[in-house]
Amino acid sequence: MLDTIAERPAPAAVASARPAAAPAVMLANVRKSFGSTRVLNGVTLSVKRGDVTCVIGPSGSGKSTLLRCINALTPVDSGTVVVEGIAVHDPALDKLALRRRVGMVFQQYNLFPHKTALENVMMAPIHVLQEDREEVEARAVALLTKIRLLDKAHCYPGALSGGQQQRVAIARSLAMRPTIMLFDEVTAALDPVMVKEVLSTIRDLAEEGITCILVTHEMGFAREVADQVCFTDHGIVVEEGPPEMIFTQPEDPRTRDFLGHVTF
Amino acid sequence: MNALRVSGRFGAGMMGLLLASVLFGEVQAADGSASLLATMWKWAPLIGQGFLLNILISVVAMTLGTIAGLGLGLGQMSPIWPLRHAAQIVTQFFRNAPWLVLLFYCILLLPYEMRLGGLVVAMPAWIKATVGLALPVMGNVSEIVRGGVQALPPAQWDSAEALAFNRRQTLWMVILPQAIKPMLPPWMNLYAVLIMATPLVSVVGVEEAMTLTRFALSAENRSELLLPMYLALLIAFFAYCYPIARWTARLERRFAVKL
Repeated sequence: MLDTIAERPAPAAVASARPAAAPAVMLANVRKSFGSTRVLNGVTLSVKRGDVTCVIGPSGSGKSTLLRCINALTPVDSGTVVVEGIAVHDPALDKLALRRRVGMVFQQYNLFPHKTALENVMMAPIHVLQEDREEVEARAVALLTKIRLLDKAHCYPGALSGGQQQRVAIARSLAMRPTIMLFDEVTAALDPVMVKEVLSTIRDLAEEGITCILVTHEMGFAREVADQVCFTDHGIVVEEGPPEMIFTQPEDPRTRDFLGHVTF
Repeated sequence: MNALRVSGRFGAGMMGLLLASVLFGEVQAADGSASLLATMWKWAPLIGQGFLLNILISVVAMTLGTIAGLGLGLGQMSPIWPLRHAAQIVTQFFRNAPWLVLLFYCILLLPYEMRLGGLVVAMPAWIKATVGLALPVMGNVSEIVRGGVQALPPAQWDSAEALAFNRRQTLWMVILPQAIKPMLPPWMNLYAVLIMATPLVSVVGVEEAMTLTRFALSAENRSELLLPMYLALLIAFFAYCYPIARWTARLERRFAVKL
């Protein structure tokens, strides 16, 4: 698995624009409040291109907000957010250009209920990227085949299980050919069997070298697949490092306390 | 369902009442005068034409009001605050104004003819009255649109935005197609209210069913005609509105399960 990542050439456009060492995502001292509630309290985080980063931490620690700041769904109050060389914190940001490179999948799938699975996958490339319909359809069919849901291509989301909907949601994001994927507790609403099928889809992406950032409570997945685990609490990144370090020798007492309550 | 059965019985009751009033009038009528039914039959084509005008006015007013109301409703959700506030004020103004007053304003303030470039378009009273009815429809449709859109889960906006849809694409491709279903029953309800309000235009002299019924009554000058003629008019409106009400209720039930 590690070999495939190493051998896979970085996407040409990205590689020529920046040295490979530049982080895909960089957050520095990011703050965000909703009214009087401080959600992010100076978050600093760096994600290497092609890495899988798992963000863990107690509910309400600002994990989801952190993720939403990366694709500008939530504007930051202060601090620096740089994604693939794009300054996300800049008020003059071209949001659409950013979001073409950053895909996002949500806890509640959020498929468009009035469109079939195939149409859900095809919509954004056709209307946003204005690509040729036949080309997009071929790509969408390939994606549905990859997530083993081609037989459900013409089903509406209401006729699919949670896990199937979530996989279609992942395919829908991938159809835009993003270089970074954000996953916001994508397995939290699923039963264990479905969790497994969704996680295996994400694992495939990781092996293809797409930069993945997951907010998750799946500690087993984090330990097994992540290159970097980062523990957040009260709006800051308390501790980050490779999973074997975070899970076996956490330095901060808050991390130890949190992991002490987690079952693997 | 129960309400529907009640209104069905109500319709049958009205028919019975009509027959009773005709029979009663027949007994009261002076010797030598034509029978009530024959008299009513004589006037039926004219009043029927008037009723077609009621329907025409309601359809045109609904179309104009819906188009304008859709724009106004979307304006109410605009991220540009001056536009949003203006749309909210206009909506509230027309939603909370008496229809008859708006009607008078339109009749008195709109010109007899309009010049569009070199073209002179005549504005007969019924057109002006139609515009007058379209205004409150616009205000109500605006609120139906806002309610329908805001009832959707905000996550639908999030996922469209995350896929790099711009605001207009999100609205027209993702939000509105889903909002139309829940908007349909209140919109049809509004139409039923509108058709029942069309006799209002008789006070400004438009020759619709109500005006013509009054005209027929004064021409015949027979007091025993009063009851059956107006009852016949009521039944005509009921026969037109009742299927719409049934259909609306059925849609409401269907969408209630799905959403």
